[in-house]
Amino acid sequence: MSPSLVTRNLGLAHGNGLRAVHGLDLQLAPGERVAVIGPSGAGKTSLLRLLGTALRPTVGRLDVLGANPWQLAAGDLRRLRTRIGTIHQAPPIPPRLRVVTAVLAGRLGRWPAAKGLLSLLYPVDIAGARAALARLDLADRLFERCDRLSGGQLQRVGIARVLYQQPELILADEPVSALDPMLADAAIAQIVAEAGQRGATVVASLHAVDLALKWFPRVIGLRGGELAFDLPAAQVDAAMLRDLYASEGNVVPTQANDPTLLQAPAELGVGAPVVRLDSCRGRG
Amino acid sequence: MSTVAALPGSAARDPEARRRLGAALLALVVLWPLLQLAEFRPAVLFEAGNLRVMGGFLASFMPPAHAPEFLGLLLTATLETLAIATAGIALALFIAAPLAICATRALSVSRIGPGPGRWRGQALRGAVRGLLTILRAVPEIVWALMFVRVLGLGPAAGVLALAITYGGMLGKVYTEILESTDTRPARTLLEAGSGRLAALAYGLIPNAAQELTSYTVYRWECAVRASVIMGFVGAGGLGQLMDQSMKMLNGGEASTILLVFLLLVLLADAISAALRRALA
Repeated sequence: MSPSLVTRNLGLAHGNGLRAVHGLDLQLAPGERVAVIGPSGAGKTSLLRLLGTALRPTVGRLDVLGANPWQLAAGDLRRLRTRIGTIHQAPPIPPRLRVVTAVLAGRLGRWPAAKGLLSLLYPVDIAGARAALARLDLADRLFERCDRLSGGQLQRVGIARVLYQQPELILADEPVSALDPMLADAAIAQIVAEAGQRGATVVASLHAVDLALKWFPRVIGLRGGELAFDLPAAQVDAAMLRDLYASEGNVVPTQANDPTLLQAPAELGVGAPVVRLDSCRGRG
Repeated sequence: MSTVAALPGSAARDPEARRRLGAALLALVVLWPLLQLAEFRPAVLFEAGNLRVMGGFLASFMPPAHAPEFLGLLLTATLETLAIATAGIALALFIAAPLAICATRALSVSRIGPGPGRWRGQALRGAVRGLLTILRAVPEIVWALMFVRVLGLGPAAGVLALAITYGGMLGKVYTEILESTDTRPARTLLEAGSGRLAALAYGLIPNAAQELTSYTVYRWECAVRASVIMGFVGAGGLGQLMDQSMKMLNGGEASTILLVFLLLVLLADAISAALRRALA
């Protein structure tokens, strides 16, 4: 099977000459789950935006789902983009939109224009939106307006939108930054489950290193826009992490911010308890 | 000794102060010759002779006319004016909405990346902006004068004239409102492959609906006033009635017409407020 993501010497320089991403060589097989970690300003968001065809690389090449997006005609690029789902750290959802509309917007790329406009008059797939929200324990907020939600709830609506989109490539930029540890864990579990069911590839940038090590078999460390390491989670050790976060005073960020977790990060992997969402009702 | 006093003199002063003073002086230097050019001499207003002239003019407006047959005419003319303004704005919307969707950068797919077709997109947006400029650069009265020659005296000429000029104005301002609201939701949708119309409806309109409505109703109010001027050239409505009253030096009728204008502006305000509440 052809890889779902390939980058060769991928680089992004901003107009002011600042290099956000530099010389990245990556290859991801379909269905692979990769976490991207690194200090703030390491280029995590830029990398995800490059992979999501939202930014054009200034150097190097990139293949997404078997095509070089920047050599495609406009129509083909659009169809490629419908197969990529991006979860944003701050969900870009207009506050006046209702939750159901915000979730259904996930499939606007695949629906004909008339269906999308019709859905504003009467939601065309209430059951589908409810099912996606139920996975994040938000089914009861279906018809509420997004400005009535807390930051954490809105972030989960953003995740539900991408679950509803059913993309082949899920890009998640700090997808659980507004959730408490238990909810964050459960939300990542849902993303991973969705990807597993459909064989989708996941690339997630995460602030909390323990979450990255627990849920993602492969971890990429990014520092100053360059690759610091690209290893199976089990091979990432505490010294590497301290080195990665040297610019942040060697403090490795975690969910609980408990440095003891880092003594043996590999132990955090398989077997860690999975929190069930319904036990977190009323949070976030 | 306080820390502020310990600083050297220049550090304690607002560094912006010099720039602001400069800008204020520049504004004065530019404005003064403009006022001279516009023959702006407010003192003339208060010379004894002129005050008498103005007083006489205003006194002739009293009392407002209220003869039943005039009120009947007034009602017909008011309805005609409302019809001209409403039909004109409705047609203007048909011109403005598609042009604004073409012209706004907030709905450009090719700017993402930038991707394929970016030069074509930029050229199209430039061309549409140019078209909007042409539409609104010619005053509606000129269009009205032209259409009155073609269509004859009556409201139809006013409607067309309003549609063209106001189409240009609405299109330009819609374009800018769509760009000045939060454009991230629409861009995210475009990045996920959705079409322009869907991105507009799901990403931009929810944020911009209030401002778009408020500006449209305000333009409707302007259209009511503009229809007066066009009435002077025979495009029907309250303007034509006003023209007749003024020519017959009937100030009472003119003041009744002005009262109707006041009511129409208040009506526009009420509609705008109600719509904004509904969209909040």
